[in-house]
Amino acid sequence: MTARQDVTARYVAEFQAFAGNGAAGAPAWLKEIRAGAMARFAALGFPTTRQEEWRFTSVAPLAEAPFVRPEGGIPDAAAAAAVVARGLGAGPRVVFVDGRHAPGLSSVAGLPAGVVAQSLAATLSGDAAVPSEVARRHLTRHARWQENPFAALNTAFLADGAFVSVPTGVRLRQPLELLFLASGPAGGRDPAVSHPRSLVVVEPGAEAAVIETYAGVADAAYWTNAVTEVVVGDGAHVELFRVQREAAEAYHVATTHTHQGRDSYLGLHVVTLGGRLARHDITTVLGGTGAELVLNGLYLLGDAQHADHHTVIDHAEPHGTSHEFFNGVLDARAHGVFTGRIIVRPGAQRTDSKQTNNNLLLSTEARADSQPQLEIHADDVKCTHGSTVGPVDPNQLYYLRSRGLSLEAARSLLTYGFAAEILGRMEHPDVRGPLDRLVRERLG
Amino acid sequence: MSEHPLLEVTNLHAAVEGREILRGVDLTVRLGEVHAIMGPNGSGKSTLAQVLAGHPAYQVTAGSVRYAGKDLLALTPEDRAREGVFLAFQYPVAIRGITNAYFLRAAVNARRKYRGQEELGPVEFMDVLAEKLQTIGWDDSYLTRPVNEGFSGGEKKRNEILQLAVLEPTLAILDETDSGLDIDALKTVAQTVERLRRPDNATVVVTHYYRILTHLQPDVVHVLAGGRIVKSGGPELALELEAKGYDWLREGTAAA
Repeated sequence: MTARQDVTARYVAEFQAFAGNGAAGAPAWLKEIRAGAMARFAALGFPTTRQEEWRFTSVAPLAEAPFVRPEGGIPDAAAAAAVVARGLGAGPRVVFVDGRHAPGLSSVAGLPAGVVAQSLAATLSGDAAVPSEVARRHLTRHARWQENPFAALNTAFLADGAFVSVPTGVRLRQPLELLFLASGPAGGRDPAVSHPRSLVVVEPGAEAAVIETYAGVADAAYWTNAVTEVVVGDGAHVELFRVQREAAEAYHVATTHTHQGRDSYLGLHVVTLGGRLARHDITTVLGGTGAELVLNGLYLLGDAQHADHHTVIDHAEPHGTSHEFFNGVLDARAHGVFTGRIIVRPGAQRTDSKQTNNNLLLSTEARADSQPQLEIHADDVKCTHGSTVGPVDPNQLYYLRSRGLSLEAARSLLTYGFAAEILGRMEHPDVRGPLDRLVRERLG
Repeated sequence: MSEHPLLEVTNLHAAVEGREILRGVDLTVRLGEVHAIMGPNGSGKSTLAQVLAGHPAYQVTAGSVRYAGKDLLALTPEDRAREGVFLAFQYPVAIRGITNAYFLRAAVNARRKYRGQEELGPVEFMDVLAEKLQTIGWDDSYLTRPVNEGFSGGEKKRNEILQLAVLEPTLAILDETDSGLDIDALKTVAQTVERLRRPDNATVVVTHYYRILTHLQPDVVHVLAGGRIVKSGGPELALELEAKGYDWLREGTAAA
């Protein structure tokens, strides 16, 4: 057996134990999906760089060594303050430690009436009929675990995470933060892995602002393998801010899958700052006529960080609009990968799609790979894309210097501007302010 | 008028990518004066403007430039700006993610710091800006837009003039600020320059066209051709150029 087969077999064995006892309380439909997902993972195995979708990103550190699910050590009171400080907002929050709900650290006071923000485990155990029905309808129905081994692994070990439901007509304006923390080393010999799973359902005509934050409490080589499904109902308006600031040694693999209804709006904002190795698959389906999507991302990498954003914008219905902007700032030996696939399905006429990916290289050893992929099966559409990779523009530097800024000040202003362009589209002051501070801190 | 000229360019030679563009420019500008430098395309007008501002792509191969008693060529572009030199770019550069207001304040504060003055906070600076915006007939929506990003050609030129008004340089060099402007924008630009004219500053207007000079009263008009100033005169020279074009001067150069 190769190391890879060995590790895969270990997860299969671990799943058997998990399905035997750990899955207690889960409904039958979910147990069945989990088993199917495990079989799918075993069949797919860990991806290799020979696969087109993974050719710039090696997951060898994950595939060749076992990670274990920790017992879920909730930090004590003294650590609690530090934990919460890793969050972004000052508003309501639901906190998870190593993928498990931490009620003592959570606070959902002040949520508008009708909004449910709770643990997925509680939702699935069926204490309340309505949430569990919403969960049954949507959970695992969107994210394509059949195609992606990491999403399959997450689905197999699906136990807890966030469940958010915003009913028709309700406006959740103050951002609700879902804070996923890794406590660090597993305690034993092997590093820790958690599989947080989230479902956000915004019913027709509702409005919601949600922050998803992933962070580490202590630096360690832990692994977060997250999946989030977001359902945006007809005419709903959703702003989702996703902030990844894992520990420097951490691994972060995630799938975000969104589905939009007719005339809905989704602003999906992605900020990637942390982790040694990060891979984020984002699939957005514009599944109703006239849906509008803004996919707005920033990755700020240094040292030997590697971050790979794989986005798919799927225009399934006519009159859809999607504007995608990803900016990368890469320093030291960092490597940024961006793949932006835009699919316009047959019949999705009058689609208006725009994609840009700009990469700023701050060192000669930094690297960026940018790949647009357009698949257009309709004839009356407007699709544009563009990408750039390069150092700071000497013309911009000179222009700023000619106004009295030092070379260093000019360079730092231009770098900040690269990030600020993305932050500028995050119109929520509760989010933009703290993110702006994080970015400035990061850029020094 | 002071005894020493503000700007004294002597036998200036400059090249870009090994190609010599300026071939011995002599130019003297005194405080309180407005000079116009005219000339056909490719004569070196923009090169002269860029060399004075310190563009790193141009190499000065011979000659000297003294500005306010200093060796201008020995200064970095930022120090030239802090010493009061301002170039309005022919092709202003867009800066993504940075608002005009932020950029203008950074520029003003860089100079204030250099001069040992206290830096201005965002609120104080807004008061300064409000007045300058009026000068060029802009509302404050331009302040929150990223620098020149998505600006029309005319808006970019106006933005250069806004910077000119805010920075109040001692020596302003306008590199074809008039080209591509409609008549109203042209008037605004010319009026702003006129309004900023003082006994303790000077302006050099580099232009291809006579138009802007009908709204600005230059003290001296120069003709740059083949990398040298081939003729200088009063405002009437501009009129003559308007009537006769540049060809007669080029022939003159060849004959000389």
